[in-house]
Formats: sequence, structure tokens, C-alpha cells
Amino acid sequence: MADNENQGTGSAQGTIRVKRGLAEMLKGGVIMDVVTPEQAKIAEDAGASAVMALERVPADIRADGGIARMSDPEMIEGIKEAVTIPVMAKARIGHFVEAQILQALGVDYIDESEVLTPADETHHIDKFAFTVPFVCGATNLGEALRRISEGACMIRSKGEAGTGNVVEAVRHLRSIIGDIRRITQADEAELFDWAKQLQAPLPLVQEIAETGSLQVPLFCAGGLATPADAALAMQLGAEAVFVGSGIFKSSNPAPRAKAIVEATTNYNDADILAKVSRGLGAPMTGIGMDEIDVRLADRGW
Amino acid sequence: MLALQGAFARHVAAIERCGAEAFEVRTAGQLDRGDALVLPGGESTTMLKLLATFELVEPLRKLLADGLPVFGTCAGMILLAADVTDGRDDQISFGAIDLDVRRNGYGRQVDSFETDLRVAAIGEPALRAVFIRAPLVERAGPEVEVLASHDDVPVLCRSGSVLTSSFHPELVDDDRLHRYFLDELVGR
Repeated sequence: MADNENQGTGSAQGTIRVKRGLAEMLKGGVIMDVVTPEQAKIAEDAGASAVMALERVPADIRADGGIARMSDPEMIEGIKEAVTIPVMAKARIGHFVEAQILQALGVDYIDESEVLTPADETHHIDKFAFTVPFVCGATNLGEALRRISEGACMIRSKGEAGTGNVVEAVRHLRSIIGDIRRITQADEAELFDWAKQLQAPLPLVQEIAETGSLQVPLFCAGGLATPADAALAMQLGAEAVFVGSGIFKSSNPAPRAKAIVEATTNYNDADILAKVSRGLGAPMTGIGMDEIDVRLADRGW
Repeated sequence: MLALQGAFARHVAAIERCGAEAFEVRTAGQLDRGDALVLPGGESTTMLKLLATFELVEPLRKLLADGLPVFGTCAGMILLAADVTDGRDDQISFGAIDLDVRRNGYGRQVDSFETDLRVAAIGEPALRAVFIRAPLVERAGPEVEVLASHDDVPVLCRSGSVLTSSFHPELVDDDRLHRYFLDELVGR
């Protein structure tokens, strides 16, 4: 799985290095959920490094209930035409045909996402079978490594999408990064137990013990609503952030989007964070964890 | 190392492996401290927005005019080019090297690829070059030295103190291009 593995001497598409490479390019940036070409333009104008094209933001999916599926290709194409930055789209967990369709549409990244209703309660998509790279959510290191073992080229901590509440994102990020730190302190014999406890492949656990970092870029998602939330995720160790409902469910999306981008770049500079956090209008109202019926983060196996 | 957004951490690691000191630049004050600058891969529109927001456009323009050695990869090459097509209508570039480039000229992510690249300036073996939604060089001016081409299209170009690649040398464990930049353009 090391990215210096021999990939042959000829030209090759869809290699691990090419797929993880785009995740490297998105580091330090903000990936924004958008539902229309107009929103995509606002996101690009604000400095988003990519957009996630979907039919409803997670807050609306949560409110509407029912089955959430891949977006209409026409809508995804409209967004692709509106912007020059990468366009991502979501497929249901295990729904490899939705993923095939998204690849045929030429999206730049597929999010196999718990925000949509899962199509398979046992299996995730075999992501090695695709040229397009995948991002998957994880609540802990074991889940992250299982997704990497299936070919995910970017991991995002799940948080709890559509809540505007950062508490779950912090929990998941701390869990993943904390376990990585603990594994680097473990001796050889303890790594076998770590692999067993995490339900993750031993070679991946051993690789983390050696390198001290996840094999793929680690981004943060789920509940981020303010510039301070984005900077919090970055200071905790995320390498970029996804902001879903937090922007277009706020009272004034454009300045908030711009402020979140600036906060993500200068996440360690409290003076800049104070400056960009001013006068943004009301953030999305948000909901507490004890007020929700469905925990999207529990989806995924 | 311009660190507004993108693959700057991998560049910093490569430069440090070459025995040089690297630091991240996010403000105009930091920009003046270095002997050279690397503009990383990432999203050029995002970087341009942030350059404007943090008032880095004019200081950078001045440093480039004064001949600061600079290495631009992918999005960094787009920023340094003379003319950019398929960008946004408001997309500016610094014109530090006489190249016309087409954004995402090799296609979208599904068209991204890696390949072996012969670069006489760094010798054998071939360099593994990773192209990610890469810009395509459509014209190279007479003063531009083409150091490597892929399918007859320039992919590694030099003009005076400016070095640009449409691929990502920071994504492979091969530091020869960073070393070339430090030795030949920065003259450490």
C-alpha cells in the first residue's frame, strides 16, 4: 500500500498514487456541499477547493426522511459545467452501480457516504475496481483502515452530518488521531492485538506504527458550521474540511463560505480567525445529539 | 513554500530531504524571508482568491520581477504562466514564464495518469511523473527552455530563475527535481 510501490514503467491511469494525488491537492482547503450550479459558483468564488454535488444538503435529508439516493446526473453535469474546481458526488454505501454511473459522468471523486441510505448492510464498494478515487467516512481508526483496505484514497471523519453540531466530528477525529498516536507507542506484539481490536488488516496497522500517519489524507466532515469549527478540526489534525449544510443553511452563505476558507488556511492564527469570524450573520440553527432520531454515523461496517 | 492551500507539506518534506530549510508562507511578511519560493499543486482558483485576500498578489509580483528563484508545480505553473485558457474569467497569472497553458488540459481526474519521463538535466533513471488534472502547455515562448516533454508537449520548463512542471514531483520519493531547483536555480 505504500505510495512508492512500483507501478510499472508505462503510462497508467487510476493508480493508487494518481488517486491519492488528488486528495493531496485538496489539502488545506474546504470542500462545500452544493445543490445547484448557482451555489457551486458561490462556493468557487469563496475559494472552495472542490464542491460536493448533491440533491439535498444533509440537514434537509434529515428533515425530509425517506430514502436518499445518488443525485440526478443532469444536476451533477450542470454543476460540473458551472465551475473549474473538482466536483465530487455521493453514492450509497455498497451501491457500486451508482458509483459506475458517477465514474461514467466523469466526477472527480466519489463519496461512498453514510448521508445517503445504505444499499448494502454488509459490503462496501470494491473501490479498487474504479479509476475514479473514493473518499469514505470513518468514526474510528478501524473503520478508516477497513475502508483503505477496500481502496479508499481519502478518509473523512464522519461527524454527524446535517446537525451544525461539531461535537461528533471532534469525537471521531480525536479517536482516529489518538489511536494512531497510541499505535506508534506499541511494541511488535501489541500490534497484533491492535489489529484484532480495530478489526483491521495487520499490515496497515504495522505501517501506521512505522510511519505515524494514516496511509491516505485525513479530512474532517459532519457538523462544521463556523470558521472556528473549521480551525478546530484543522488544529486537531485534519488536513482539510468538508462543510455541508453549514454554509447554505446559514443566513448569509457567501461571506460565511469565504470566512471558513480563510480560517482553514490560517487555522493557527487567532488574530485572523477573530477577524474573519465577525459579522457573518446567523449560522445554521443546529440540533443537539439528544434531539436526533437517526445517527447517520452509525451507517457503515 | 507558499502554503495557502494544496500539496505544500509534501514539497516541504522533499526540500528538507535535500538538506535545505523550508518554511510555510501565508503572509506578506513571511514572503520576504526566503531565498526562493515554491508554488505547490492544489487548486489555482482557491490560491488566487487567498493571495488576493491576504494581500500577497503585489508583493509576489514584485519578488518575481526582481528575479526570485521560483518552482511552480501544476497549479503553481498556472499561476506563473503568461496566459491561461479554460480558467475562470477573472483568473490572473503572473507571467513569470512565457507559457500559454490550458487548465485541466489533460482532462478530469479519471484522465489523470502517471508515466515515466526522461529528463536529461537530471540524468537516468527516468522520473516517475504524476499528472493530476494537469495543465496543458499550448505554447512555449522562444526564451523558454523545455527540459522534458510528454507526447511532444512540454511538461517541464525553465526560463531564467523560473522552473515549472505540469506534473507533481512532490508525490514521488525522488527528490532530483527539487535538488536541481536548489542547485541550479537557487545556487545554494
